[in-house]
Amino acid sequence: MGNKIHVKVNGKDHQHEVEPRLLLVHYLRDTLRLTGTHVGCDTSGCGTCTVHIDGQAVKSCTVLAVQADGANITTIEGMANGQLHPLQEGFHQMHGLQCGYCTPGMIMTAADLLARNPDPSEAEIRHALEGNICRCTGYHNIVKSVQYAAEKINKEVAP
Amino acid sequence: MSTNYIGKSVKRVEDKRFVTGKGNYTDDIVLPGMTHGMFVRSPYAHAKIKGIDTAAAQQMPGVVAIFTGADLAEVNGVPCGWQVNFKNGDTMKEPKHPLLAHGKVLHVGDPVAFVIAETREQAKDAADAVEVDYEELPAVTNPAAGVRAGAPLVHDEAPGNIAFDWELGNPKAEVDAALAAAAHVTTLEFVNQRMAPNAIEPRSYIGAYDTTSDKYTLYTSTQNPHLIRLLMCAFVLGIPEHKVRVVGPDVGGGFGSKIFHYTEEALITWCAHKISRPVKWTSTRSEAFMLDAHGRDHVTKAQMGFDANGKITALKVHTYANMGAFLSTFAPAVPTYLHGTLLQGLYTTPKINVDVTAVFTHTNAVDAYRGAGRPEATYLLERLIDLSALEMGVDPVELRLKNLIPPFDGVAQPGYQTQVALQYDSGNYQGVIEKGLAMLGYADFRKAQKEAAESGKLLGVGFSTYIEACGIAPSAVVGSLGARAGLYEVGQVRVQPTGKVSVFTGAHSHGQGHETTFAQVVADKLGIPMEDVDIVHGDSDTVAFGMGTYGSRSLAVGGSAIIKSIDKIVEKGKKIAAHKLEAAPGDVDFANGKFTVKGTDKSLSFGDIALTAYVPHVYPADLEPGLDFSSFYDPTNFTYPFGCHIAVVEVEEETGKVALKRFIAVDDVGNVINPMIVDGQIHGGVAQGIGQALFEGVEYDENGQMTNASYMDYCMPRADDLPMFETGSQVTPCPHNPLGVKGAGEAGCIGSTPAVVNAVIDALWSGGHRVRDILMPLTPERVWTAMQ
Repeated sequence: MGNKIHVKVNGKDHQHEVEPRLLLVHYLRDTLRLTGTHVGCDTSGCGTCTVHIDGQAVKSCTVLAVQADGANITTIEGMANGQLHPLQEGFHQMHGLQCGYCTPGMIMTAADLLARNPDPSEAEIRHALEGNICRCTGYHNIVKSVQYAAEKINKEVAP
Repeated sequence: MSTNYIGKSVKRVEDKRFVTGKGNYTDDIVLPGMTHGMFVRSPYAHAKIKGIDTAAAQQMPGVVAIFTGADLAEVNGVPCGWQVNFKNGDTMKEPKHPLLAHGKVLHVGDPVAFVIAETREQAKDAADAVEVDYEELPAVTNPAAGVRAGAPLVHDEAPGNIAFDWELGNPKAEVDAALAAAAHVTTLEFVNQRMAPNAIEPRSYIGAYDTTSDKYTLYTSTQNPHLIRLLMCAFVLGIPEHKVRVVGPDVGGGFGSKIFHYTEEALITWCAHKISRPVKWTSTRSEAFMLDAHGRDHVTKAQMGFDANGKITALKVHTYANMGAFLSTFAPAVPTYLHGTLLQGLYTTPKINVDVTAVFTHTNAVDAYRGAGRPEATYLLERLIDLSALEMGVDPVELRLKNLIPPFDGVAQPGYQTQVALQYDSGNYQGVIEKGLAMLGYADFRKAQKEAAESGKLLGVGFSTYIEACGIAPSAVVGSLGARAGLYEVGQVRVQPTGKVSVFTGAHSHGQGHETTFAQVVADKLGIPMEDVDIVHGDSDTVAFGMGTYGSRSLAVGGSAIIKSIDKIVEKGKKIAAHKLEAAPGDVDFANGKFTVKGTDKSLSFGDIALTAYVPHVYPADLEPGLDFSSFYDPTNFTYPFGCHIAVVEVEEETGKVALKRFIAVDDVGNVINPMIVDGQIHGGVAQGIGQALFEGVEYDENGQMTNASYMDYCMPRADDLPMFETGSQVTPCPHNPLGVKGAGEAGCIGSTPAVVNAVIDALWSGGHRVRDILMPLTPERVWTAMQ
């Protein structure tokens, strides 16, 4: 086997020999034991495995671990920085989660949206989340959670 | 009692671990020495297994063991949990459901071999190397086709593919006579299509066996760990229950699909013993689509008769219910006791007859899926009444109101006895309709619709009312109906010496928020902060017993069991307080966390009493130390939530595309502990019901291949398909449980589907398209075709 990769995950450096066929999501879950990133399908259709690679939301089941060599990766475990990220707080405040399984992927996707578009409309939020499936919430409170976070971030940024 | 928490939208206790990625789902768990399993599954819906060659696979790197059906010939199959006998008294046909297929396969995905290796990838490689020689046989997938003469037979012991037939209500002759005498009869033949439940966490199991203690552990993504232990130990593996621990850790949604005892759970537990190492198997999404028990799949003909004044005089229903190839745990109950018994709806229909034929086919098992039988009953009634209104040229709301059961509280007025066995507990059905109409602005809507039609826009509104039987269920009642288990719940409340409280419940939370809701109830009842209450669930070694979470039962049944234990704690606390305060126990009151001697200011706090119970130096002579009670609660009736759902849609005439513009849900689920959580349950249910109406449906081709077994092909509702929902509530307390709660988990999924379909039909009629019905899901193609 053996392709050596070097990645930075949530600010920590990691080096491992990996099988060429190993998916990034399995590298994160099985090798690094960062199990907050979930697997919900096998066709990149559900979005539960979404992480950030070099600041961009990516479904980590569509990426081989070897392709991530040299990348800077953030997972749900890297989102709280002493205190909850505004999106994590938003999902809690607005009841944006029930079983919690899709939640990490939702938060990572929404974080990518807010980085690009700090004040999205409801339609823009729904469009951005269309690659992430939630079976519990009907998305109503997920949209509200993202709106909560956008408002909080914008308030913090404003002078 | 003060209510610091009950009735308030307290934010969820469980959220922190989920939003930070610290949830603990079964696939997240790694045990020392754990192996990984992969199935070899049938690519055919019906075939003879002529040979299995595992020789090459055995030599693959990392392979630990390979098992086939021959290795399990002496092991029992998984049982069905509900026995519905034939009308003539013959016993339900219940062919063995083996853990691995032996001799023949009966549906696509039927497991043929199980390969265990050191890693998941090695197990997959080796499974690919197992050679199976099949002789393909003809298959049948549609239940109505399954009973036709000459249809391929699923099981030799079930002639005509019939598992059982069943009838309920008034005699058929009486109903036929009433229909013959009716001024108007509406007939509807339709399919309530097969649904894939799609919990986003795929099923995952880890079996482990400890040779020194002779003890098994099964981690399973289940809605009911104790029920799995009971079925697996007593019926499948024959191992004693005290040697088996079943843990349902964090579970990523169930929607019914994780109630059932699946063959994989028993097989993996059996394998762990065989190889004396832990074994993990996690379903792929493809397997989940093919093998998580599906829902619905009814082929139905229904007739509703009216007199000249628009009063319903009779309802007659025949349904072919698809069981799939094997009877899943609750499957026989779904089209019968959860469907036939709900055909009274909210209406005063005096004559009802329902006839159900349950049919084996070469497809995946069909069982309870959110709502289970009640959505099928509601869809039937609410489509029929809407179509009747169109045919008779009357307003659909007026027609419903004219036939509505009048209000009753179940206390001063008796419960409402239906023609189909159930007795409703309490209801104010008119109230939810009026509230829904007010939220909609009905008169304004009809004006807007007319204007839209003039400018070529197809706007429609659809109504639905529903009632469901929840809080499942009185054990004696369900026992007489064929259930092979009791359906009580267990609640243990352990007051720690410091006055902190651990609550052990047999209910299982997989998104419902029990750790919050149950803590709200306990904290208020004991007058302590919520932070002092810990809710423990999901582990058969820590929770005494339980029947789990489904049928919107957790709070109505599980919550009531906890209340019973709290009552015992308060009663014992009063004795301890009376002794310390030198009063009679009858003179001690408990309120707001304080035991007080009536008419005095002499009192002791809950914490004082807890400490005294464990340090019993000054203590009643005839009283045991400790403050820890466990209770079983067996309900006296089902609970009957109800509501009115309204959908507003716009249909694009050129493409047939349906846009859902508004969705109004007014639900009466009895008393509400946490409105935020109830609203969330309604939202999710509504989305699933809309999914059935517009997007979803399992498709099998004529060979029994599921042709849409992935998220590329099976259309799930996504964020940009849905609007914000408008929820309204009404409270009619349940008269027969201590919290007055009825249950909210399934309501959204029951009322929403017919409301959406009715709205689309209404939109088409507004544009002059006299379309009576469209097969669900209402895809643009189907809607467009219907308009041509």
